[in-house]
Amino acid sequence: MSPTGTIVVAALLIAVSPARTAEIPQAERRSGYSFMAPDTQAIQDDDTTNPGMLWVLDGEKLWNNKAGAAGKACADCHHEARASIKGVAARYPAFDKALGRPVNLEQRINLCRTGQQQAAPLPYESRDLLALTAFVAQQSRGLPIDAATDPQLEPFVAKGRELFMQRQGQLNLGCTNCHDDNWDKRLAGSAITQAHPTGYPLYRMEWQSLGSLQRRLRACITGIRAQPYDYGAPEMVELELYLMSRARGMPVETPAVRP
Amino acid sequence: MQDDSTRRQFLGLAGSAAVLGAVPIVTLRPAEATPAMLASAIRNVVGEAVVRTGRVKLEVPPLVENGNTVPMTVSVQNPMTTEDHVKSIHVFNEKNPQPNIGNFYLSPQAGRAQISTRIRLADSQKIVAIARLSDGSFWSATVDVVVTLAACTDEVI
Amino acid sequence: MASALINVPKKAKRGETIEIKTLMSHIMETGYRHTAEGEVVPRDIITTFSCRYNGAEIFRAELFPAISANPFITFFTVANESGKFEFEWTGDRGFAATASASITVE
Repeated sequence: MSPTGTIVVAALLIAVSPARTAEIPQAERRSGYSFMAPDTQAIQDDDTTNPGMLWVLDGEKLWNNKAGAAGKACADCHHEARASIKGVAARYPAFDKALGRPVNLEQRINLCRTGQQQAAPLPYESRDLLALTAFVAQQSRGLPIDAATDPQLEPFVAKGRELFMQRQGQLNLGCTNCHDDNWDKRLAGSAITQAHPTGYPLYRMEWQSLGSLQRRLRACITGIRAQPYDYGAPEMVELELYLMSRARGMPVETPAVRP
Repeated sequence: MQDDSTRRQFLGLAGSAAVLGAVPIVTLRPAEATPAMLASAIRNVVGEAVVRTGRVKLEVPPLVENGNTVPMTVSVQNPMTTEDHVKSIHVFNEKNPQPNIGNFYLSPQAGRAQISTRIRLADSQKIVAIARLSDGSFWSATVDVVVTLAACTDEVI
Repeated sequence: MASALINVPKKAKRGETIEIKTLMSHIMETGYRHTAEGEVVPRDIITTFSCRYNGAEIFRAELFPAISANPFITFFTVANESGKFEFEWTGDRGFAATASASITVE
């Protein structure tokens, strides 16, 4: 993306967008899937051509592996994933009573590893954590997103919304300026989507790998020339929470494929 | 183009200063294949034989969303019998650092002379697919692909 | 062991042409990337893929860095007898992976 192109876009957005931007009406909400070319959609549609399924397969193996000092596998407590974990990813990030704040799926998996399995937590974006997260989230595929309904999460959703709206970085852009006000326009050859995290973790062609929502957020925030939050930072989880609440009702697509 | 890679390199270095112990990966602009490299790569396969245009269908999406993963299908009109079949399909490109993409060897019992894969294209460029038939003849198809780059830089993560 | 996704029809009629789809996890490092320090990230790709049908090779591919990560390869074959397809991937740094799938031909 050329620097001149970005500055022109930024100037337009600053000039045109009002102080408070409107959220996308329910009827107009579209998944990132709908912005892709048919050839890319076809890759996601077939489980035997979708590279994200390779991680789901790995995750299934890990689900059944005994780990940690307790020598337990996820399956030992949760039993068969298909039944026990169905619907979980659709309502994450969820409130964790002990911590008094929301945690995302990756953090929940690590809390289980350290708390129940007495195993070391898996590093963010590691292959194993991505595989387990993809496997768990894929059990919710097709189910409508049902996140942020817990009243205890209200202040965190509000914080996430604030983070989504605030202008930041060298380009003084807020997420909302593109994703609420200018979706379906194009930025340097790519479609601007509505930013609904319906298919995470997903296989991004740019990464040539499966990656998490936080990885995508960090790339986006770097892209608007602002300082990205660290993996697992409270701001990250609050943003995830807000984005999932904004996508409520849309079906989970994990593992999605995106350019 | 040159600006982009220098900028990415700078951002990569700036990022790496903040990240302790990580080894960031930054892509510098690699050397491009030249038309001469493409010609000699083709000659390696066909020798001095004449390559005719036709019979080969090379399918690539007209507008590529991401140059890292471009779906490609090559098919050859051919009865695929023991007497008359496609022995191999060779695919080349014009502007990647290297002219070869893949060589695919079929058996007479393939039933259909068609392969699909996903390829990387560094830039908008020509792709050439050449089929070698059992009678020793070579047939080719060429396609021009337009590749747009991703909008947001994916920095050192 | 790297994961592979294979799509072979479980059943086919004798003489029917079937499509075989394969997907193998592999980074396919091109050898053209550099670290910020300027060092080349060494090439690490799958270089060959082959398929045997009841022991006889029916398909082979030579891959180059231009093949995307997690190589996806599809091809066709005539189903003429029940049995097994065996797939093999080999590559740089001694990479070797195998997979298999059965078919019933009636």
